[in-house]
This record gives sequence, structure tokens and C-alpha cells, in this order.
Amino acid sequence: MGKTFTPLILPLLVLGMALVPVIGSRALVQDLFMVLCLLVLALNWNMLAGFAGLVSVGQQAFVGIGAYAMFASVILWGMDPLAGLLVGGLVAMALAVPVAFFTFRLNGAYFAIGTWVVADIARLAFSQWKALGGGTGTSLPKGAAQEMLGVATVRGLIGGSKAAAVDALTYWLALALVVVLLLASWAFLRSRMGLGLQAVRDNALAARAVGVDPLRLKALVFLLTAFGTGICGGLLFIQIGRISPGAAFSLLDWTAFVIFIVVIGGIGTLPGPVIGVLVFYGLERLLADYGTVYLIVLGLIGIAIMLFARRGLWGGFVQRTGLDPLPLSHAAPAAPAPTRS
Amino acid sequence: MIWLDTLVQGLMLGGLYALFAAGLSLVFGIMRLVNLAHGDLIVLGAYLILGIGTVTGLNPFVAALLALPVMFALGWLLQGALLNRVLGEDILPPLLVTFGLSVVVQNALLIGFSADSRKLPVGPIDAQSLPLGPVTVGVMPLLTLVSAVLVIVVLNQIFYRTALGRAFRATSDDPVTAQLMGIRPRSIFAMATGIALVVATIAALYLGARANFDPSIGPARLLYAFEAVIIGGLGSLWGTLAGGLVIGVAQAFGAALNPEWQVLVGHLAFVAVLLVRPRGLFPRAND
Repeated sequence: MGKTFTPLILPLLVLGMALVPVIGSRALVQDLFMVLCLLVLALNWNMLAGFAGLVSVGQQAFVGIGAYAMFASVILWGMDPLAGLLVGGLVAMALAVPVAFFTFRLNGAYFAIGTWVVADIARLAFSQWKALGGGTGTSLPKGAAQEMLGVATVRGLIGGSKAAAVDALTYWLALALVVVLLLASWAFLRSRMGLGLQAVRDNALAARAVGVDPLRLKALVFLLTAFGTGICGGLLFIQIGRISPGAAFSLLDWTAFVIFIVVIGGIGTLPGPVIGVLVFYGLERLLADYGTVYLIVLGLIGIAIMLFARRGLWGGFVQRTGLDPLPLSHAAPAAPAPTRS
Repeated sequence: MIWLDTLVQGLMLGGLYALFAAGLSLVFGIMRLVNLAHGDLIVLGAYLILGIGTVTGLNPFVAALLALPVMFALGWLLQGALLNRVLGEDILPPLLVTFGLSVVVQNALLIGFSADSRKLPVGPIDAQSLPLGPVTVGVMPLLTLVSAVLVIVVLNQIFYRTALGRAFRATSDDPVTAQLMGIRPRSIFAMATGIALVVATIAALYLGARANFDPSIGPARLLYAFEAVIIGGLGSLWGTLAGGLVIGVAQAFGAALNPEWQVLVGHLAFVAVLLVRPRGLFPRAND
């Protein structure tokens, strides 16, 4: 029954989300924009850590690189911020190549530390870029975001101020990114390569024995997630409008929160990050007035999940009910293989 | 002469990093546990020393002696009650649990002690210096380096000369066979983490005595410590000392070139060593 249920409810949900800028307040749009961006980062990190077994603590490197490349495109090369997004993604992916060459030599826990060091190197290196404000950072030129491609169209569509139109546009882009990522992840994981990836995660030796090349698959995932994370970084900082090395390469904002989101929702499951980001948002609303208590609660929940329910809320749900609306596994073919015509 | 001076300063700084790293190296070597909360536990140790000193009026050096058993008990409990449950083939659970622990400890300290930076009042020794051949060195930095070497010597003695150390090595090499010989890995691990936090307390003493500290500085210090452990080589305590010195010297030379480059040059030295020797300088165990 799950299989007929899912394809119906997803487009409806996306449609509802898409209507938020039309009917909701600006504050809500900005809030949900943040949630969607965190979801993009979480989907990427889940792909890395949950499926490819690459536990990175340095994804903030690619957020920062994407954001800085977008700022450079706009400020130094006079490009449109939307084109800057693409540049951000491409630069992040290009820089992921040397990063992979270094960090892939380290395995397991060493890899985590290696990526963390790389992210810190990136933060310190970008602090040296004087044209973009060095250590103190800089702002997008006045009006750059409001003159952005598509803002006028959006304004014609929903009315309101230019700033509200920018909010709506970035929100829709984030929503589109989430949808594309979800569909692409699902297609990828169900594909031959995705199957190989999960096989490597579950038993590397057995997977290699049947001809899966783990290194090639992992490198591919690393580069693609760097691309997605870089674009998301650019998008975040179009909305924020101001960049500094500390904010762009923040371990807490772009990696720690993301890890908690994935772990709470269910690492290594596709709906996990979605569930996780909902819980995260709820907790944030609930405990917004107690900054530090909020973080302590988040930490304790993360620990509890690892102790009592390793597969997170979604994994626990699937295990308990046996119901998996978004199955990633391929069922063994029933007696005779299904005929293809 | 300025270069010699920088080198000596770097070695002293490296001593501090080696102290941060020694406990980490022990735990890492024995049970392959990456403790992401180690930096915050060191900061916790510094606050404990500060608290004991404030309440009793004792000198931080004496207060640290009182803090040692408390921190040992904390480490023992932490490993026995929490970390032992998540150790296994999969490296993800221990990473995430210690990561959560790091966030919890850091923010609990923030609530308890506010974000104000503190310093341990060690008295006149803080400002004293010794002429050592052509260079002059501060007494506290020198004491840090000497303590680091002593800690490594003592840990090596425990590791290679005692029954406990034999159990450590056996469990590190082959936990299943060690179990057959009547060793209980879980209690061995609890002892190891207890000892690691004793070393962390010594590190906390010098951390707090040499510079200001506040609840948020744990993770950055942890990163230097990890670099020392990794370039030293898994399971080699002398390697960890060497790793700490490499990072310290690199940072000192970086800072001499441009104050903004201190940390960056340290990281680059880490990358350079690993590019040449992916398993570190003196690897003992296989990972």
C-alpha cells in the first residue's frame, strides 16, 4: 500500500511548500528557507556518511568555498548571483578533487580528522583573500540580490517588495534543490552504482569480490556532494547577504547541526534527513529562548539515538512497523523472474 | 639567533600539544576510539582545577593533584557506562557519541562558568624565565615540555613494564585472543580512559596556567592534538610527542613569518607529513 501512497502525497507536499511565499509571512519564508538549506546539507552528508561510509566533519569547507566563489563572481567579476551559484558549485567540486586525493589516503576515523583539518585550512586561506574582506569579511553590493535574474518575474507573480521577492526566489530555489536532490538520491541509490555503494558499506570485501570498485564510487559521491553543498553555500549567503570566514566555514552551523539532523532522523535512510530536519526545527522553536540548553538537548538526543536506536527515528519506525514507503532495497525476484516486454 | 629562538619556542608549544595528545593517543591506540570530546574534557579539567583552587585557596599545582582522582573516576565511568556500549566495527557510533558529548560538555561549562575567559593563578613562576645558552626560555613553557616528556616516559613504562600495560597491548593487537587469556577488554578500556583523563588534567593545568581559556576553546586544541597523534603514528607514544613537536615548531615558524599564518602553517605541516607517510612517522599498530 505504501507504494501507491507515496507518489501521490509527495507532489502535494511539495506544492503546499511552494505556496508558502504566496500565503505565508516573510518571517516564515525566511525560517523555512533555513530549514530547506539545512535539509540540502543533510541530504548531502547522509549520502556521504550514511551510504558511502565517508564520515566527514569538514563539509563546512564546501559551504564556505561555494559562498566565497559566489561572492567573488558577483563582486570581482560582475556576474549575476544566480550564475554565481553555479560557479560556487563548480569551484567546490573542483577543489574537492585535491581534497579527495589527500583525505582518501586516510581511512575511517583518520578521514574525519583529515576533512576537519582541510576545512580549517580553507577557512584560514580564505581569510587571506583581501579583495573579499580578509578576516572580517564583506557584504554583497547594494542591490545585487534585488537585481538578480528572476526577481522581477517573481515580483510580477506575487507582488510585494523587492526584498520579499528575493526571499521568495531563494526559497523556491532551496525547495527545488531539495526536490532534485531527493529524486536524484533515490534514483542513484536504486541504480546499479547505488546498489554497489550500499554493498561496499555493508561488506567492503564481499562487494569487491563481485567486482564493485569502492574507490571510484566513493570519489564520485564525494565530488557530487561537494557540488551540492557548494551550491547550497552560495544560496545561503545570497540570502544572508554578508560573508566572513567564521560564518561561511562554521563547523557548528554547517556540519554539527547537519550531523545531528541526519542522526536523529535516521542515518543511511533516505527519509531520515527529512524527519530529522522537522524535529530539529520543532526543537529550535521550542527552545529558541535558551540557546545553550538547546544545544545540550540536541547533544543528549544524539547520544541517546546512538545508544538505543542507531537507525534513528525513521529506521526505528521501519523496523517496528515493517512498513517502508520508500524502499531502497531490491526485493529478491519472486519464483520466475518478471517478464520484460 | 632569531631562528633558534623560534625553534625553541616551537618546541615548548609542541610540548603542550603533546600533552593534549598523549591521552588521546593512548585511547586511540588501544581501542581505536576517536574521542571528539577530549578537547572539551581538557577544558573541563581546567575549570575543575580552577574551582578546587578557588574553594580551598590552594595553588593550582596542588589543586591539580586533587583533581587527578576525580578526572580518573570520570574517565572510568564515561568509558564503562557510555563509550563501551558503542565500540565496535562501525566507527560512526563512537564518533557521534563523543561528538554529542563534546557539545554537551562545552555548553554545560558555558552555563556554569559563562563565556568569560579565565586563567589559573600560578603565582610568580608565571613570569620567570631562565637563560638557556644563547636563548632565554620561560619557566612555565619549559616545565610544560619537561612534563610532556615525563608523561610519555611514564605512559611507556606502564605500557611496556606492567601487567596492565601487557593487557593494553594484548587488547590492542587482538581483543578476541586477549579475552581467551582472561582479560576483560571492557574493564581494560575503562582503565585506559581513566588514565587518559589523568593526562588530560595535567594538560589542563598547563593550558590554564599559560594562557586564558574559556568553554569554547576545546575543539581547536583537539584538532592540534589529533594532528600530533596522526602524524606520530597510531599507537606510538613517542611518535605522539614527535608529532606534537612538529606541529608546535611549524606553528612557531608560521607565526614568525606572519602572525595570521600560525595555525595555517601547522595544518600544512600535518598535510605534508601525511602526503609523504600516510601512516605517520612511527606507526606501531596496524589499523
